Amino acid sequence: MSASEVATTADGPNPPERDAGPAPAGGEVTDTRTFRVFRWKRGGADDSHMETYGGVPIGPRTTVLEALRWIQLHLDRSLILRHSCFHASCGTCGLRVNGREVLGCVTFAHDLGTVITVEPIANVPVLADLVVDMTEFYERYPDGWTQLRTSGFLPDAETPGGIDGYERYEDCIECGLCLSACPIASTSEGYFGPAALAAAQRLLEEPRGGVDAREILDQADDPLGAWRCHAIFECTEACPSGVRPAERIMSLRGALVGGSLRPIHREPSEP
Amino acid sequence: MRRDGEATDGPGLPTRGARDVRGPVLKKGVGVTPTAWVDPRGRALGSFAFSVNRITALGLVFYLYLHLGVLSMLLRGEQAWNDFVRLATTTVFLSLDVLLIFGLLYHGLNGLRVALVGTGIAPDRQKALWWAGGVIGTVALAYSAFHILVGEG
Repeated sequence: MSASEVATTADGPNPPERDAGPAPAGGEVTDTRTFRVFRWKRGGADDSHMETYGGVPIGPRTTVLEALRWIQLHLDRSLILRHSCFHASCGTCGLRVNGREVLGCVTFAHDLGTVITVEPIANVPVLADLVVDMTEFYERYPDGWTQLRTSGFLPDAETPGGIDGYERYEDCIECGLCLSACPIASTSEGYFGPAALAAAQRLLEEPRGGVDAREILDQADDPLGAWRCHAIFECTEACPSGVRPAERIMSLRGALVGGSLRPIHREPSEP
Repeated sequence: MRRDGEATDGPGLPTRGARDVRGPVLKKGVGVTPTAWVDPRGRALGSFAFSVNRITALGLVFYLYLHLGVLSMLLRGEQAWNDFVRLATTTVFLSLDVLLIFGLLYHGLNGLRVALVGTGIAPDRQKALWWAGGVIGTVALAYSAFHILVGEG
């Protein structure tokens, strides 16, 4: 792909049509930053490029997401980005900022240098600009690993169709940052990936039973499963939720190695 | 580009056909994907350890064949071997020996780290093990370098 550069500045040759307005959230304006943002539009004639937005006002606690929203509101309404909760809970604003995987909503722009490069996360297809298609992230999960524990305290809170149909994992917010940071995922589309393998180990650690450990270990014991990981630990560095996927993959390997030496698999227990 | 007859959801929006196209998949690193692991930008300690491990592995494999080539000089007679030994005791050549020992120490100690972490024995200690190996390796390398470059002189 080409990486041509297009510049748009708050006070440059292509000024905004209206007043740039106040700074993004995060207190008073103390400085400005230049943002280089990945752009790609579906169905357009142009290839992808990096677009530069200069003179973006920031304060000490302005986040990257807030700055991008300021760009969207005041400089370029065609910029597409995705967010929801603004407090690192939903995982939808995962980005690569200056080459590192972060959640834009909790990453301060002030500490990132005068020119800040923002790209979508890697190893999943781009939908448009900074938004990616997470379908392939979820497709890396083997069947049967999508498990949500049943509430032991609020039986009346059960959903009509049962809770097993929901794909949620404790701690993991499914932001995809681990998959983006993983060098192995970029070389193997069939690799389960850190999130799926961490979820498998999470299931093995389930203290209340209801888990078929043998089935999970059999699925993880795959050339594209736990053994495809090269113990690089970039997923752990990237994870904003403290899941520590790499350590969980290593523990999963420990269970696999131990399982080949002695029968340590827990027998499936009654749900 | 919109083509006649393709459905759209509104003016200016991409066609349904265009929306079905898989978008670009970005990769980290430079160069083609299999070599992107050597790009340290945006990476942490684990990637550095991994990259150096691979580089030292390639160096050790190269040295293995180099060593076999050197030993083949014995087939050329005593004079050829003595000429090589004279070359091998120069400071520049001995410095390459120190580099070789660095490769051996790094690859061996990091291999031990990966084995301890990767078999689930110490899954949460990858950084501590790397630094411990670094201390042991540095001491061993300094000791070896002293004996190679100074002690034997």
